[in-house]
Amino acid sequence: MLERALSGSSRYYKLLGVLLTLMAVGLAAYLIQNERGLTVTGMSRDVSWGIYIAQFTFLVGVAASAVVVVLPFYVHDVAAFGRITILAEFLAVSAVAMSLLFVMVDLGKPSRILNIIFYPSPGSILFWDVVALSGYMLLNLFIGWNALEAERKGTCLPRWVKPLIYVSIPWAISIHTVTAFIYAGLPARQYWLSSIMAVRFLASAFCSGPALLIALCCLIRKYSRFDPGKDAIGKLATIMTYAMLFNLFLLGLEFFTAFYSGVPSHSESLKYLFIGLNGHQNLVRVSWLFVVLAAAAVVLLLNPGTRQSEKMLLGAAGCVFASTWIEKGLSLVVAGFIPNPLGQIYEYSPTLPELIIAMGVWAVGFFILAIFYKITISVKSEAAR
Amino acid sequence: MEANRRKFLRIGGTCALGLGTSKVWGVFAEDFEKPAENSKALGVGRWGMAIDMKKCWEKGKSGCRECILACHTSHNVPDIGNRKEEIKWIWTEKYENAFPGRLSGLEPPDLREKPFLVLCNHCENAPCARVCPTRATFKRPDGITMIDYHRCIGCRYCMAACPYGARSFNFKEPREHIKSELNHAFPTRESGVVENCNFCEERLSAGKAPLCVEACKEQNCEAIIFGDLEDPESEIRKLLAAHFSITRKPELGTKPGVYYIIQGRGHA
Ligand code: SF4
Repeated sequence: MLERALSGSSRYYKLLGVLLTLMAVGLAAYLIQNERGLTVTGMSRDVSWGIYIAQFTFLVGVAASAVVVVLPFYVHDVAAFGRITILAEFLAVSAVAMSLLFVMVDLGKPSRILNIIFYPSPGSILFWDVVALSGYMLLNLFIGWNALEAERKGTCLPRWVKPLIYVSIPWAISIHTVTAFIYAGLPARQYWLSSIMAVRFLASAFCSGPALLIALCCLIRKYSRFDPGKDAIGKLATIMTYAMLFNLFLLGLEFFTAFYSGVPSHSESLKYLFIGLNGHQNLVRVSWLFVVLAAAAVVLLLNPGTRQSEKMLLGAAGCVFASTWIEKGLSLVVAGFIPNPLGQIYEYSPTLPELIIAMGVWAVGFFILAIFYKITISVKSEAAR
Repeated sequence: MEANRRKFLRIGGTCALGLGTSKVWGVFAEDFEKPAENSKALGVGRWGMAIDMKKCWEKGKSGCRECILACHTSHNVPDIGNRKEEIKWIWTEKYENAFPGRLSGLEPPDLREKPFLVLCNHCENAPCARVCPTRATFKRPDGITMIDYHRCIGCRYCMAACPYGARSFNFKEPREHIKSELNHAFPTRESGVVENCNFCEERLSAGKAPLCVEACKEQNCEAIIFGDLEDPESEIRKLLAAHFSITRKPELGTKPGVYYIIQGRGHA
């Protein structure tokens, strides 16, 4: 089936060309980082994780695209999702691939990455996260590929794949939970030290994953002969709506505890984000942008009129995606370090090389996605004929 | 693992010395100059430190940085020259930063303005070691928190986990920034790994006190006391039993091994 990735329209080639260029630029920046060290980034001894780890965190969430489709389809027989399970699984594969790459580019000694495997440390959440994420990526790759193969041959799914599918459902919950545990178990960081962190991760995952999947389905419908189906998109929109509301509700809970209790260490990071702390306001504007985007998403999604129009739905999905990106892909991680454990404030802003490397990793993800989607769509539109 | 290996070497070395084959063992374990004290070191429960701040302020010369200098020069700690990537094993902070959340605002001005020595607490329940995905950071049986510079992958999870900001990351090649004369007896680090205070384990295993303790003594100040926290007869235990002391962020359950005597000996 792989050969299908090689032939395509000129638009497809152009897309790959653009992505390859971005990847090359990202790689060049990465080589510089590798040569000079992480000094080329905006990270510091005080804000020791930045945009890389934040992207990693956000993208683990996007991988939830698979479970929100697989669970209803295989467990609850929601037939409408049958057309997009493979698309959802491949989106998860590329999202997890990106998050693992982001961990990789964040390392001071990337050549030693295998030490995580050579010296397995069951006490370390990061160790478990690497295990959970790699496992989840492989699961989805196997399942998606075999499902596609079956579709091409017009047969049904091989029997041994079914158990893997059922395993993939709790596994999906685990990747968000374990990623949240990276943060929620650190006595040093009061902003992260919250037992609802894992639920928050699940909620934002269940809205950012579907948001991207909705956008991709609309694109596919517009530019290919394959139609993922209005019904599937509508159902995704419903899931996204509930997840987004729940996500914001959970965030509200954090505000309540922080400000009603009045315990300074609980509220300082939130203050830093939304009003600034001692005159330090780097993230205030983007935090309010989050509020505006989230509010817009809620309005568009709750109103049946707007939710049912494809254009409006796309807009809403964009707002959901962007707002969860701000919250998980930037502010959650950075604000955890501000103020530092000594109560001092040192701010963070990413540098140009850092942003270029991040862009390169995103390009790798979308390159993987483009190839998988090309194969999937060509198989699917052939099968339809 | 490393700790076990060390212990093994140490025990093995001591035995071997007894058999009169010290030379052979000396090849493998360089830190064997003082077999007598070293065998004492074998029995240590948990190394700890007490810092008498009042003594430091009152007896030390004003602006004294001798302990910091002694540590940083001997351990080849680079002077990066900017706050963002600064590397430090022992340094000073104000009271409100060393003990955030403890400030009432009405304490004696001295306490608020004078420098507090801070360093890795060699926590008994160390979050840094708990989160390390490769066990490059680990706890030794004698309580020292150690880093294997050759195993560290530079993920900086330990820096996120340390509640005291005690860990430094080499954002760039540190060797070019070592301003003092290179100490060939101690390893330099490379770009991309984390480092922090090691309680001078290289000296302890040779039966010597940590450098900061020595440097302070040389100033006739003796504000830093080092010893075995599990030995009720040790100087440090007696001192802590006689004077009110505090540790940093005890509420986090990390059980720091560095104690601060605020009232001062002879004042309590
Ligand atoms: S002070 Fe920080 S670096 Fe030292 S043992 Fe405790 S947690 Fe680890």
